[in-house]
Amino acid sequence: MPTLTLSHVTKSFRDQRALCDVTLSVDAGERVALLGHNGAGKSTLMKIVLGLIAADSGTIAILGSPQGSPAARRATSYLPENVAFHPALSGLEQLRLYLRLRGEPVDQAADLLERVGLGSAGRRRIGGYSKGMRQRVGLAQALIGRPQLLVLDEPTSGLDPVSRRDFYSILNDLAGAGTAILLSSHALTEVEAQTDRIAILSNGLLVANDSLASLRRRAALPIQVQIATRPDTVEEVVRRVAGTRVNGTRVELTCRHDNKLTRLAEVAGLGDLVEDVEIIPPSLEQIYHHFSKAGAEQ
Amino acid sequence: MTGIAAIAICEFKVALRNRWVAIAVLIMALFAAVLSAAGSAPSGELGVDKLSLTVASLTSLAVYLVPLVALLMAFDAISGEKERGTLPLLLTYPVSRLEILLGKFVAHLGTLALAIAVGYAIAALAALSFDSQALQGLPALARLYLTSLLLGAAFLGLGYAISAVAARPGAAAGAAIAVWLILIVLYDLALLASVVADNGGAFTQSVFPWLLLANPADAFRLYNLAASEGTSAATGLGGAAQTISPGFALVSVAAWSVIAIGLATAAFRSVKP
Ligand SMILES: Nc1ncnc2c1ncn2[C@@H]1O[C@H](COP(=O)(O)OP(=O)(O)OP(=O)(O)O)[C@@H](O)[C@H]1O
Ligand SMILES: [Mg+2]
Repeated sequence: MPTLTLSHVTKSFRDQRALCDVTLSVDAGERVALLGHNGAGKSTLMKIVLGLIAADSGTIAILGSPQGSPAARRATSYLPENVAFHPALSGLEQLRLYLRLRGEPVDQAADLLERVGLGSAGRRRIGGYSKGMRQRVGLAQALIGRPQLLVLDEPTSGLDPVSRRDFYSILNDLAGAGTAILLSSHALTEVEAQTDRIAILSNGLLVANDSLASLRRRAALPIQVQIATRPDTVEEVVRRVAGTRVNGTRVELTCRHDNKLTRLAEVAGLGDLVEDVEIIPPSLEQIYHHFSKAGAEQ
Repeated sequence: MTGIAAIAICEFKVALRNRWVAIAVLIMALFAAVLSAAGSAPSGELGVDKLSLTVASLTSLAVYLVPLVALLMAFDAISGEKERGTLPLLLTYPVSRLEILLGKFVAHLGTLALAIAVGYAIAALAALSFDSQALQGLPALARLYLTSLLLGAAFLGLGYAISAVAARPGAAAGAAIAVWLILIVLYDLALLASVVADNGGAFTQSVFPWLLLANPADAFRLYNLAASEGTSAATGLGGAAQTISPGFALVSVAAWSVIAIGLATAAFRSVKP
């Protein structure tokens, strides 16, 4: 049984469609990235999963319990977008509240802050924290009590590059221990490397939901081959592979997935004319554009 | 249960930090001290001990101050969480809305209990130091203290209900002051005007007493002034007040505190995060 299942979830705000017949599941230990442009419905989907807002139709189950039920809430941790805390409390005091609410010992507060790199600021009031520091308090509270489902709405927004890396390593530990993770992000490059599956929402429609490799195959976007030549061989290479000359020592060509090997064999056949070859698969950004454009047309 | 305790501990810390505890204690202490100083002139001829007299004047003071302080502490309770954006995250924790509300209630009522205790203790010590017979008034003081807490609870509940319904803390503050003005000031003025216009007729005889009971602040005053004959004699609150049994008044104040918390819970449950 998947940790989280959504089936045929639909939600509108008055006449504004936010989600349309979305079916999605996240297994234990799986990291799923939810992508989509501003207003695509990512936050709405997450709030429905948490039971904060009700869906118009469709069902949601978290380990078999309906969203918002005590059992579901015990199993789930959430990091909202633009997370906020009481400015008069210190980071430690705020975490102690959350620890008590989950029935965990309050002396974990210092360890949790240490884990997100806030150890030294724990006694200061949150009112004086920077955006990234508040975001880290948000992460710390989401780690309380080894949740079985982690729902993170733009968790790395406001984090510096080093803390982003630390964040994903914490996430990988949790996933390794069986936590199902659903996170939304606009940072495609980091998501590309750090998640197992990608779900793309476009205008409330789930237009893609698969591993990056499968999406790449389905999108069938051209693969780019960059050939480095010597200055005296560039003309001949352009002629023999029917590529495009970029500069005095570089030639580019594109090919489809299904004739990638044929084209590469041609390049390999150039032998000494070529110094180096680089194969660049379509980036997640290109794949994302491909699928969200398809959704916008529906 | 742990949920209520968790919220209460956090909320009390916030009240301490925001100086709400200090402000409430200071207000009560200041007014009690002024009242004791003003009441220190000899009035022993009435044959009533000094503490009972103090209780009578504290009652009139508490009718104004306790609801005011309670409303001021309560108006931000939910509207503030909405404004700061802290509500959605809190509501995803395994804690019910009733528990959240009760946690805040415990912290605020505790603050109020502390402030009222300090204020009344100052007034009582002043009375005891002037009159050795004043110990006779202790039961009246105890009744006053406990009913003050019930009155505070009722207005905390009303404050939470306002806080849940209001879109922003500013609107909640305005509505809280309006409720205070209506229930504490205008209600009595309207009743007084009706009684004068009625001139001892059917309204004064049969409706007026129930209208007094229906308002928690009036019921509170009625109970404390009627409960000890000495004090009602001293303040000369006669007429209708005497026709109502103090038991009814006590039930009214207690019922109001329960109803108000119920109202607040219903209002909070309908808040969409
Ligand atoms: N409370 C609300 N009332 C009315 N409309 C809403 C509400 N919340 C969301 N919407 C609408 O639902 C749609 C989806 O919004 P949502 O916040 O889920 O987008 P998102 O994918 O999280 O966007 P972003 O990347 O900007 O965070 C938008 O059109 C938005 O205007
Ligand atoms: Mg969003």
